[in-house]
Amino acid sequence: MAKKLTVSASPHAHSNVTTTGIMLDVIIALAPALVMSVVYFGARAIVLAAVTVGTAVLAEYLSRKVMKRSNTIGDLSAIVTGLILALNLPATLPLWMAALGSVIAIVVVKQMFGGIGQNFVNPAMMARIILMVSFPTAMAKWVVPFSNCWSPDAVTAATPMASLAAVEGGNVAAVEALPTLKEMFLGLHGGSMGEVCSLALIAGGLYLLVRHVISPAIPFSFIGTVAVVMLIAGKGNFEFVAYQLLGGGLMLGAFFMATDYTTSPINLKGRIIFGIGCGLITSVIRLFGSLPEGVSFSIILMNILVPHIEHLTTSRPFGEVKEKKEKKSKKEAAV
Amino acid sequence: MAEKKSLGKEFSKGILAENPVLRLVLGTCPTLATSTSVQSALGMGLAASIVLVCSNIAISALRKIIPEKVRIPAYIVIIASFVTIVQMLVKAFAPELDEQLGVYLPLIVVNCIILGRAEAFASKNPVLASAVDGLGMGVGFTTALFLMSSVREILGAGSFLGMSIPFLSQNPVLIFILPPGGFFVFGILMAVVNRFAEKKGKPRAELRGCEACPMAQTCKLNSCEKTEEKAEVSA
Repeated sequence: MAKKLTVSASPHAHSNVTTTGIMLDVIIALAPALVMSVVYFGARAIVLAAVTVGTAVLAEYLSRKVMKRSNTIGDLSAIVTGLILALNLPATLPLWMAALGSVIAIVVVKQMFGGIGQNFVNPAMMARIILMVSFPTAMAKWVVPFSNCWSPDAVTAATPMASLAAVEGGNVAAVEALPTLKEMFLGLHGGSMGEVCSLALIAGGLYLLVRHVISPAIPFSFIGTVAVVMLIAGKGNFEFVAYQLLGGGLMLGAFFMATDYTTSPINLKGRIIFGIGCGLITSVIRLFGSLPEGVSFSIILMNILVPHIEHLTTSRPFGEVKEKKEKKSKKEAAV
Repeated sequence: MAEKKSLGKEFSKGILAENPVLRLVLGTCPTLATSTSVQSALGMGLAASIVLVCSNIAISALRKIIPEKVRIPAYIVIIASFVTIVQMLVKAFAPELDEQLGVYLPLIVVNCIILGRAEAFASKNPVLASAVDGLGMGVGFTTALFLMSSVREILGAGSFLGMSIPFLSQNPVLIFILPPGGFFVFGILMAVVNRFAEKKGKPRAELRGCEACPMAQTCKLNSCEKTEEKAEVSA
């Protein structure tokens, strides 16, 4: 990054954009969500975030060292991964599980595939899913904001997504467990550390949009698709749509995780396909799946499809002519 | 390749250099399916090894009688008879193991390792060498299963051979018991063994030749030689 002279092929475009700068912007954008999680869940939230970030940076440093590659902790990407992972975890999660999640994200998902820019899925997202599959009880212990997260018997509550699923399943009493829309927006409900406060997440997302760190295509097509599907599924009930949009990890996923450069398409067309795909899978899991929430799975599944989306949406150079029947002429020539 | 090697080498190649699971990537399905616990993995390894040794001996002894064109069905019949015997024995003396292995016990009939060894080795080599080769491959298969199941049971269930381990049994990392964890452990073990085997001076390329290929014989008899002949004729 600090090299003065780089020899490369044209075009020799220059810009001040650096990986470190982008990562710093993402950290700034995540700050409000982190601050709100500390407000709601107390010191436990900051301890958990410190553990995931610390472990992520340490894992990055050690794995680069073991593989005899250049040290990359300076690009801040490990800090971002650790931070996003922390925001995806319940505040009561045992610290060693959080640390294990960071190690999975950095060592297994990122460094084993070549480090920054080479990972095929979002590291933090994959770590969350592996933790969710491995420790289903600990990963579903959602505490109510302002309760003591240190004690093992903190007051827990179903997430709005789980309550909504229960209401749909015919359990009418679950309606009472639903927070009001204002509470949903401010984050006064059970959920992962960083996903509860939609206000902070939207603020962070707008900051990234204004700074041109992310393009609006993915978050808007993602959230828009969920809104349309939910409007149809809820038979025009706008309140239901609002709950679906503000609940779960949709805002966090759409603004901060689906937009990861490495694992999202380059073209506008590809990005819209990616966003719509994420939205559809999320909605299908929320409406028909056995899990109440599907944002993380939808992002991972679409991450895997990105190479194919890129292949289908490659832009043609101006003036290029499609070569037709090349095979036939070759065959004829051979005969 | 067989005549030059000593019996000791025939045996030891199956354990590391040509480990059926970790180097030749044969028999992946039973490996992933039965390595969730050490007990079932050892049972599977043992059952497959017995079938492998017996079928190698029988096929090697009959190699001059079995007609070329129907050899695969003939091998399957021989292997299936031994599998039936083993299955009956397991059902009679270790019904618990039979329950654990379930469908994977009769499926040994179509295990690639056994058919692969029959095709690649037993059909071309004398009885004793085939028996030793089968034993080596069986030990290699069982070792690979044991290693994989140890990692998966200790981390995924917090126990080893059914005995629970203090801290891990309260916090099992469930993913190791599930298929994705199985693939993960499989990949890591393969990487470790590859590094280890290559360091010992066995280049990987040697395993990719016709000799390691279970279809080498068919291939040489039908397509390869014919195309070579054609090429010569046209030249």
